Amino acid sequence: MKIYLKIWRQKDVDSKGKIVDYTLNNVESDMSFLEMLDVLNEDLVAKGEEPVEFDHDCREGICGTCSLMINGQPHGPDRLITVCQLHMRSFNDGDTIVIEPFRAKAFPVIKDLIVDRTAFDRIQQAGGYISVNTSGNPVDANAIPIKKHVADKAMDAATCIGCGACVAACKNASAMLFTSAKVSQFALLPQGRVEATERVQNMVRQMDLEGFGNCTNTGACEVECPKGISLENIARMNREYLSAAVEG
Amino acid sequence: MSGLIKSSIARKVVMALSGLFLVIFLVLHVTINLASVISPEFFNEASHFMGYNPLVQFIMQPILIAGVIVHFVMGFVLELQNKAARGIGYVKYKGSANAPWVSRNMIYSGLVILAFLGLHFYDFWIHEMAYKYVEANPEDPTRYYAETVEKFAPFWRTILYVVSFVLLSLHLWHGFASSFQSMGVNNKYTPGMKSFTKLFAVIVPLAFAFIAIYHHLNPITH
Amino acid sequence: MGVLDSKIPSGPLADKWAKHKNEIDLVNPANKRNIDVIVVGTGLAGGSAAATLAELGYNVKTFCYQDSPRRAHSIAAQGGVNAAKNYQGDGDSVYRLFYDTVKGGDYRSREANVYRLAEVSSNIIDQCVAQGVPFAREYGGLLDNRSFGGVLVSRTFYAKGQTGQQLLLGAYAAMNRQIQRGKIKSYTRHEMLDLVLVDGKARGIIARDLVTGEIERHSAHAVVLASGGYGNLFFLSTYAMGANVTAAWKAHKRGAFFANPCFTQIHPTCIPVSGDHQSKLTLMSESLRNDGRIWVPKRLEDAQAIREGKLKPTQLKEEDRDYYLERRYPAFGNLVPRDVASRAAKERCDAGHGVNKTGEAVYLDFEAAIMRYGKEKAFTSGIKDPDKETTRRLGKEIVEAKYGNLFQMYEKIVDQNPYETPMMIYPAVHYTMGGLWVDYNLQTTIPGCYCAGEANFSDHGANRLGASALMQGLADGYFVLPYTIGDYLSDDIRTGAIPTDAPEFEATEKAVREKIEKLMSGKGLHSVDYYHKKLGKIMWNKCGMSRNEKDLKEAIAEIAELRKDFWENVKITGNPDDKNQELEKAGRVADFLELGELFAKDALHRNESCGGHFREEYQTPEGEALRDDKNFKYAAAWEYVGEPKDSKLHKEELTYENIEVKTRSYK
Repeated sequence: MKIYLKIWRQKDVDSKGKIVDYTLNNVESDMSFLEMLDVLNEDLVAKGEEPVEFDHDCREGICGTCSLMINGQPHGPDRLITVCQLHMRSFNDGDTIVIEPFRAKAFPVIKDLIVDRTAFDRIQQAGGYISVNTSGNPVDANAIPIKKHVADKAMDAATCIGCGACVAACKNASAMLFTSAKVSQFALLPQGRVEATERVQNMVRQMDLEGFGNCTNTGACEVECPKGISLENIARMNREYLSAAVEG
Repeated sequence: MSGLIKSSIARKVVMALSGLFLVIFLVLHVTINLASVISPEFFNEASHFMGYNPLVQFIMQPILIAGVIVHFVMGFVLELQNKAARGIGYVKYKGSANAPWVSRNMIYSGLVILAFLGLHFYDFWIHEMAYKYVEANPEDPTRYYAETVEKFAPFWRTILYVVSFVLLSLHLWHGFASSFQSMGVNNKYTPGMKSFTKLFAVIVPLAFAFIAIYHHLNPITH
Repeated sequence: MGVLDSKIPSGPLADKWAKHKNEIDLVNPANKRNIDVIVVGTGLAGGSAAATLAELGYNVKTFCYQDSPRRAHSIAAQGGVNAAKNYQGDGDSVYRLFYDTVKGGDYRSREANVYRLAEVSSNIIDQCVAQGVPFAREYGGLLDNRSFGGVLVSRTFYAKGQTGQQLLLGAYAAMNRQIQRGKIKSYTRHEMLDLVLVDGKARGIIARDLVTGEIERHSAHAVVLASGGYGNLFFLSTYAMGANVTAAWKAHKRGAFFANPCFTQIHPTCIPVSGDHQSKLTLMSESLRNDGRIWVPKRLEDAQAIREGKLKPTQLKEEDRDYYLERRYPAFGNLVPRDVASRAAKERCDAGHGVNKTGEAVYLDFEAAIMRYGKEKAFTSGIKDPDKETTRRLGKEIVEAKYGNLFQMYEKIVDQNPYETPMMIYPAVHYTMGGLWVDYNLQTTIPGCYCAGEANFSDHGANRLGASALMQGLADGYFVLPYTIGDYLSDDIRTGAIPTDAPEFEATEKAVREKIEKLMSGKGLHSVDYYHKKLGKIMWNKCGMSRNEKDLKEAIAEIAELRKDFWENVKITGNPDDKNQELEKAGRVADFLELGELFAKDALHRNESCGGHFREEYQTPEGEALRDDKNFKYAAAWEYVGEPKDSKLHKEELTYENIEVKTRSYK
């Protein structure tokens, strides 16, 4: 099938970018979206032009590297998948596809469709861990039984891949879903309760410092999250934050 | 503490609390207004009480005004922050794919409501202030019903009010339930709360609109 | 023993590790502050090593090519992590895990290392639970286990189908804690391009900042390579697109021996290749083999009809299907180890029984499992004599609860509903057992250069068992390397910071720059991917699941030819002082083009079949692998001396004192 592409091209972080048009004639429906871009890049290289740079790595929906805004939606029109799992059969012959980088002040564009998401790392560094030594932990893993449904909930929160689709989808570029997923995972587990107060305060402070927007509960993040992280986690973080504020 | 006030979550809680406070006020307001349709006498009594009770006038009214101001000032501050947080906008952004219109446009429904509040203040509050404190007229516990009905005589004002109530409905549709999420309440009662919100968001503005239209269609004939 | 000293401690097997830990030199906490360690790669092995080294007090610098340590490809491991906890009370023990791993590896791994791995395995679980890794639990609140191929106990801990992700995020969190403390400096979007040796010791690296293109010097008292496996040599694999051998290969060229490069794991249950444009293969978890039955049509004409779309698999009668694993290996059936299952699939497809367009796919069928579960469920729900529809529906619900996300993933990619029609699967490159040769301390043949995780060769022999990769990565990183490295670093407490303006840094940086320049100056005939795909085809066709002398010899010649062509004619757009994905890829492919040749040479020299290495000349009349313990019971460590084909072989003889070496049988 024939596909018209409108792709954001930007030389580097300091340059101004613009949308550039491309046309691909031989797109097969069982190609993945990124393989379609591979084909485009092969064409561009053959012509001696610089290929479109985009982030991708595992190509099986788990590393969280790929990060494209496709026709105004992060990871494209399908639900519960990342771009690398999107296939061209979701599009029709003659379609025009607009491809842009994830947009947020906290995610500056590095080149073309690649953005810098180290703000997420800094939020994690501010408290996304349990302070136990990594060497020679003497407590047996089964010493503390944890209710299955609590462990399952913690797992559901922990399944976040840190792709940033929540930020990209949110009209406010808020990182609440991302931050709350980690806060929730540890707030739910007894191991994480010990530092819960400091953790939520430090992570929220860092999140705000990075320049992400505020949550207005539109729910776009939850809908676009490739791993289906629930808004419940944001409520839990709000709760944790308020009770931390009360505790002082 | 200053860190707390600056935090995005605390600000959202301020929005939620002031919003919920205004929701409660709406219930009171609509109840009294409904009286104007059912019993002009009771309406006059209630209005007079509200207008001359010192507790209402000097404690509750300032709190209400403060609540309104906090809600909209914070709303603006957050909106500006949120706009800045995106930086460069998308060429194509399909917000409708993942969030309802009402939730994405609270600032616009809010702005319309704010503009309406200006008109509403001009119509009633400024009038009251002038009546009581500038012109220093004597108390008249029977004037309210007639004054109210008269306000809705012009077609344009009735229309403006009704349109504002539609926007109020949209604002409540998202805002009411959303305030609970902001305060960290999301549990098995949340779906019920959301249904209640929708009911509330329709019934209260509908009642307001009904009252306005009713008085427009039923002027006092002398 | 030759030049290879494995430094295996003396004494009884079970006491070796404890004894060794007691005897090696330590660095006192005050001195650790003055010692720098570089860790290249931040997956399970690198991330956990970096966190632990920092916690012990060393100054750590980590490097990864990804934009965050959290994205290393360990994240894609689905099934689980083994540990000899014996929580299920099914007779598991450290010895049994050790035994299974050595046997699974077809007696080509080092006994002492494997025993240590089994010994520390249960610490891993304790550690991860303390870190908040949300492992699956039973209703009683205790940890759940599942079983995996090639073993007879349930010892695999898991977190849904995302165990690797959860373990990696645990290690990443531990790293973050140390970054926050200022003990780790994390360099992301950086790629190591060479190892710097000063007086014969590893003292630093040359790295390229992938965003700015800047070439940087970083010094340290020791360098740890945890840069993963080299399966992308085959172009199509289950590896991440960026996974590469560059760090390990550069160390190899600087003097680290490369061991057993031909030991590659081809995983039996991957989604088959669909076309030429394909960039990547997707694994379907091995856990599916617990319930799926693997088959092909018995008759060639049926297979042909299926390939042409004239016949549907569901129309084929039970007696017309060949459940070849159950037929050949009645004891283990569909749960034979990966190498055995993969080879059997290839054998059937080569014989013309393949079931997709390309003829390279077999069925993984859940119908029997759905009906079986359905009957059980109907019985426990008190439904008497359920009709077929009800049984199917109930069974489907159970299968969905167990494998729902995998089935969904399959449907997304293949556009077929695996509940209604059997899945199609085919083997794909998944893991490399070979890697840099290391001694018991995980030190390579370069002093001060250590290697952990998949990048080293140590624990899996010729074939790795399921759920053992995560175990090894974390064992190396959390529990082994941080201690053994102290033995080396104890000599460096007075060395002081290593200056990066030393002539050795100067010279190595110059070499790196020249290499980039040379890459950029290719004539510009073909793209990097063109060469990578060509190399992949040679590797897959001639060094893949089964190998023979003629093919391997051809491969060696073809790869050398391709490499020459590459250096003359490769086309790289853009310029080296920018973000440049083509240049990144080119550097990696250049190294694969050298490794591929060594790979083939290694496969050619090993005149036996063992584990993932199957030589057609060495098989039993029934087509089973024929191992030659008399001549090949050693690890082949290759020394770089110029061209890959001239590499010099060093043998580390493997001795088994605690385990009886016998023919692996899963019949």
